[in-house]
Amino acid sequence: MNIILSAVGGTVVLAILAIFVGLFLAGIDRRIVAHMQARMGPPLSQPFTDVKKLFAKQSIVPANAIPWLFNLMPVVALASSIAVLLYLPFGSLAPILGDAGDMILVLYLLIVPSLALVIGGFASGSPYATVGAQREMVSMIAYELPLAVSVIIIAWRLMVANVANPFSFTTLMETSVWDVVGPLGIVGLLILLILFAWITPGELSKVPFDTPEAETELAGGILVEYSGRNLGVFSLAQAVKTVAMIAFGVIILLPWNLSPVFGLTGAGAAAVDLVFFFVKVVIVSIFSVTVVRTMMARFRITQVVKVYWFIFGGLGIAAIILLMLDAFLMGGL
Amino acid sequence: MAGKAPYIVPVGPIHPALKEPVHIELTVVGEEVISADFTPGQTHRGIEWMGLSRNPVQIVHLTDRICGICGVTHSLSFARAVEQIADITVPERGDYVRTIIAEFERIQSHLLWAGVAAHELGFDTLFYLAWRVREEAMDAIEVITGNRVNYDIIQIGGTRRDITEDQHAKIRKCLNTYKDLFAKLKKLFLEDAVIKSRCVGTGLLSFETAMAYSAVGPTSRASGVTADLRVDYPYCAYGDLDIKPVIPTIYGSDVNGDTYDRIVVRIFEIAQSIEIIETCLDNMPQGPVIWEEKVAKILSACKKASGEAVGRHEAPRGEAVHYVVMDGAEAPIAWKVKASSYSNLHVWPIILKGAQLADIPVIVASVDPCLSCTDRVAVTDNGSTKIFTKEQLAKMSYEKSRRMMQ
Repeated sequence: MNIILSAVGGTVVLAILAIFVGLFLAGIDRRIVAHMQARMGPPLSQPFTDVKKLFAKQSIVPANAIPWLFNLMPVVALASSIAVLLYLPFGSLAPILGDAGDMILVLYLLIVPSLALVIGGFASGSPYATVGAQREMVSMIAYELPLAVSVIIIAWRLMVANVANPFSFTTLMETSVWDVVGPLGIVGLLILLILFAWITPGELSKVPFDTPEAETELAGGILVEYSGRNLGVFSLAQAVKTVAMIAFGVIILLPWNLSPVFGLTGAGAAAVDLVFFFVKVVIVSIFSVTVVRTMMARFRITQVVKVYWFIFGGLGIAAIILLMLDAFLMGGL
Repeated sequence: MAGKAPYIVPVGPIHPALKEPVHIELTVVGEEVISADFTPGQTHRGIEWMGLSRNPVQIVHLTDRICGICGVTHSLSFARAVEQIADITVPERGDYVRTIIAEFERIQSHLLWAGVAAHELGFDTLFYLAWRVREEAMDAIEVITGNRVNYDIIQIGGTRRDITEDQHAKIRKCLNTYKDLFAKLKKLFLEDAVIKSRCVGTGLLSFETAMAYSAVGPTSRASGVTADLRVDYPYCAYGDLDIKPVIPTIYGSDVNGDTYDRIVVRIFEIAQSIEIIETCLDNMPQGPVIWEEKVAKILSACKKASGEAVGRHEAPRGEAVHYVVMDGAEAPIAWKVKASSYSNLHVWPIILKGAQLADIPVIVASVDPCLSCTDRVAVTDNGSTKIFTKEQLAKMSYEKSRRMMQ
């Protein structure tokens, strides 16, 4: 009983924390983009105000829509984004659900919010949303390949280094992949880091990979028919997903903690690590989302596929080869 | 993505890709446009009708308000038409002032367009940059005319204000800023990998089609048509200048007639306009800027005049035409405006065909549509809109002519 209670309590706390951090990230993002474009930008609290207002507004269901699917999908998106967090360790805090899930499960769970968007888009019965939903599916297929490649190769490298349970997050907490590789492997991991930085805007539908929402051509694409509370829930889902996606990357590739440096233990260590973890999330988000979306134009959907499959796919293969060579040289094979 | 039969994606009348209302209907399979059609007439304001009960001096101010960007274009075309009818000669200095302000208009219009094009491509940073540097031109225009948007500087017979020596410093400062910026603009718009990959080869308009559809301005020049009113039929101070129509070969590329070429032409026209303004400032002749200072005298000259004339001007978007008929009365008996976009919009169905859905905003924007300039007619009857055939329209115009001749 206690375990269930703590799991439920943990989920609620984590969801609130993730929503807060996610909206805060969106605020920072908008602010920095504005400054880079020589504008003032909105106050940091703007995303909170936006969501608050959306929840106060009427939710309109279009006549062509399938109401139950249309209304259900925002909730599915939010629930699945929060579910991802339950399997992720934050700093030195173990995942709420312990070892119940691994990296493969998180990979699948990260797809669910996008799928919810796609279904919601198709259920809205608008041509803009339909085109947007088709594009979202195509871009999912596009970015899943480099994403899966990078996750699996890291787990494989850990396995070769005789680490038990390489797909488990608790293993990742204890063993940093950077510690087991040699010089070649470090180059490979740096490539994977770049890869992850470029997958993140795709996963989060940000410029230059925001084709599914494409304001100027599709008027908001998938979300075009969503309004009021439904749109508010989608915004929360997007905020949580931003945290989850970036946290996933940070856990795999930037796993360091601050507490060993200060020699802290216990609750103090957990708190310091948690703060440091979110600092890492903010920094990664600034580099891989904010800066990228300021300096680029939107890709065509065909270009999105080409970029992810051929350029980043190629980079992924380069990383695989480097890590395999490294494993061979380090005597794992 | 195969699935069902082609479906229709409406763009407009109100849509984020459009800065002004127009309705474009696209038949789409997957992401490819099979066919496109458009319906203008969504922003008709009846300006011509208003003009028919006003005198030419009042109409000049009205023409300023036809378009928010081409403040000079319409007033200059209209003034040139009336000047021909009333046999008014514009003093040389007036011609130079007109040329300078017309070229400043071209600079700010092309920069505005460049910003819009960047926004359509999802490149908002470039959009903010283009609009920020556009402010320099707006400030210079404010120095010259006292206004930023509706300049109100053209008068029948010349201009209402002179450019004095002490304004030169500010104008030259603005021009120098643009000269320094030009290399940066060229690099940002023409060398950016994503812009290139989105614009090269899209929205193709061949030389033949551009000729057949009488496209004008940068839209036609990007397809290699060397048509530029300033060169072909010089007016104002353009006859004294050594200018050539800007075609994409200026950037050392071949003429393809794609969206990219239209960016090239507009960016290089900014440089051309800077040169024109500098030459004009250096060579401004002395003398008055207007044929007659007193408005009453201009009006009485117009009142005596009768006849018809066409006033033309190479607007930032191409040739704009005003047709005016006067009959010895205070108000003209006919006034017809044909804005440059009217000629250019008709290439939309051709350049949109076969395009990717993602490229539609930038292709639509690449002809630089100005719809409040263009829309002269909207026919509504108890809420339902009728479409008239060519024969019906011809018949109606015969009837109208007969009524006018009685």
